[in-house]
Amino acid sequence: MRISTDKIISLLFFVLSAFYLYQTYQIQVFSFDENAPFNAKTFPTFLAYLGMFLSTLYVALPERNPSKVDHKVLDYKSTLYLIIIVTIYGFVLLKIGFFLSTSFFLFFSYYFLGERRWIWMLILSFPFVAMFMFLLHGLLDIYLRDPFLKMLGIIG
Amino acid sequence: MIEGILIGLQTALSLKNILMVMMGCFFGTIIGMLPGLGPMTAIALMIPITYGFEPSTGLILMAGVYYGAVFGGSTSSILINAPGVPGTVATAFDGYPMAQQGKAGKALAIAAYSSFAGGTLSAIFLLFAAPSLSKVSLAFRSPDYFALMVLGLTAVSAFSSKGQFLKAMMMVILGLMLATVGQDSLSDITRFTFNNMNLTDGISFVLVVMATFAMSEALTIILKAKDPSRATEQISLSQLGSIKLDKDERSKMLKSIPRSSVLGFLIGVLPGAGATIASFLAYGMERNYVNEEEKQKFGKGSVHGLAAPETANNAACSGSFVPLLTLGIPGSGTTAVMLGALLGFGIQPGPRLYMTNPEIFWSVIMSMYIGMVILLILNLPLIPYIARVLATPRNFLIPLILFFSVTGIYLMSFNNFDIYLMIGIAVVATFLRLYNFPMPPLILAFVLGGLMEENLRRSLLISDGSFNFLWDRPLTAIILAFTISIISWQAYKSFKK
Repeated sequence: MRISTDKIISLLFFVLSAFYLYQTYQIQVFSFDENAPFNAKTFPTFLAYLGMFLSTLYVALPERNPSKVDHKVLDYKSTLYLIIIVTIYGFVLLKIGFFLSTSFFLFFSYYFLGERRWIWMLILSFPFVAMFMFLLHGLLDIYLRDPFLKMLGIIG
Repeated sequence: MIEGILIGLQTALSLKNILMVMMGCFFGTIIGMLPGLGPMTAIALMIPITYGFEPSTGLILMAGVYYGAVFGGSTSSILINAPGVPGTVATAFDGYPMAQQGKAGKALAIAAYSSFAGGTLSAIFLLFAAPSLSKVSLAFRSPDYFALMVLGLTAVSAFSSKGQFLKAMMMVILGLMLATVGQDSLSDITRFTFNNMNLTDGISFVLVVMATFAMSEALTIILKAKDPSRATEQISLSQLGSIKLDKDERSKMLKSIPRSSVLGFLIGVLPGAGATIASFLAYGMERNYVNEEEKQKFGKGSVHGLAAPETANNAACSGSFVPLLTLGIPGSGTTAVMLGALLGFGIQPGPRLYMTNPEIFWSVIMSMYIGMVILLILNLPLIPYIARVLATPRNFLIPLILFFSVTGIYLMSFNNFDIYLMIGIAVVATFLRLYNFPMPPLILAFVLGGLMEENLRRSLLISDGSFNFLWDRPLTAIILAFTISIISWQAYKSFKK
């Protein structure tokens, strides 16, 4: 028997709802609230049961038109690279500051997506970020943490 | 009402707000033109910027972005047959064939005039409908609100799922589950935080919108390795042709506009329907109205076939503001994003908004009309230049979308956790979208989650824990009957297949 990915996702949703239900029972409500018509557990409990019901229904009912995804044409490699680059960007953003991290993020993202027009890559990274920072920091007075520019004495 | 209109005009016509409408229309048009990036993404990208403004200014900016994005979607529909927004899919049916016949300029002009007329007429309808609906909606009690939210979520699931109702309903539950993370609003008990301090205040609405739309949209484009922008490189300015319409074209357009405006507005008012349904219905209705000779032209570059969906989708945009402003319940995914932004400003839309914040209520309505005028002035002469934005290479576009998404979250929280959470949600959302699990129901549920729990709490406390509140009041029972009929219709449709 072959099970479609849609149904596997629904099964995962069932597991998620069951886990959610378990977590709902872990919520510590005040003792005077325990038997109240509504407490912090009530709404999540409904949601968990409804989630389990809907996913069971999807798995149990015959599938009319399951989603067809052609994995051969999907570019997993570039997507994965991009996710890794964004994650690294998120990690270094606070450590090395907005200017350098964002400029390098943009530059490497262009590169990994196959761009090789170096002039445009440079213009749309370092000067672009500098302009954006000027707009936020200089004009709109929005604070941006940047130890690098602070060290250079460009921002306070 | 006259006093309200004057208040609205005073606020909307301030230099700052006019600039905001112009900016909103311009950026909305550009973002809406990029395939895959609709009004929801455009508004989501604007939210962090609007937090620095007054609520009315912020809302005016977002309304401008909304209209601009819907119009921008038409441009890519007409020029490259790649609708930037689902609401402009029907525009491509006749707009693209017109462009292929060398009449792209005319097609874009018809789209601009029809959008303007549809938006203007529906702004007038809104002017009269919203205050009276506000008064009616004061009669709504907690059980009615709860039932109305259930109806809204069911309707959005039914309309946005393309025959995958159960999938959409699962997304609703997922959205509601995400909304329960953090402190319970009444008891302050923390729920589903796994002892992580970053989750105590719940998951930010902007984070969820950015993750499920902007970021996952960017990842999906890369994953599917499509590059529709390359197709536009083939379109040169000379191929756009004249934007002047002849007498016959004008007369056809003028016939389609009034009926499509009324239909679009009424569809927009219904919770969950919105621009997409309105444009398809208008296209179908128009085909039934015209004579046999015109009917044959549908799908081959008919003026009626282009003007009708374009009028209706813009009319529906105004219509969808009615439930948002008068009931506090968004009628579409886009207005759900706007509701989230309003809540962020500390404003609760609903019947009392009309009395407590008249300047917001009226300035939004008035700025809609001003937005329409600006959209027409901006877009008609700029059509050839705006079309060039479509040629932005994907390699530059995607990193810039990711940059705006991450920066938007970073500026709000200044912590890494939110960025990681956004990436995680975006990856899951990308995977779910690949298998046709729709995101608008999730967003609507996430936004309504808190309000829904609050109204259910009140209803259950009033009825002492009994579910009789669902049918005690006739209004609640009627709303519930609508919900049941939608579910039954969906069940019937799937079994009929």
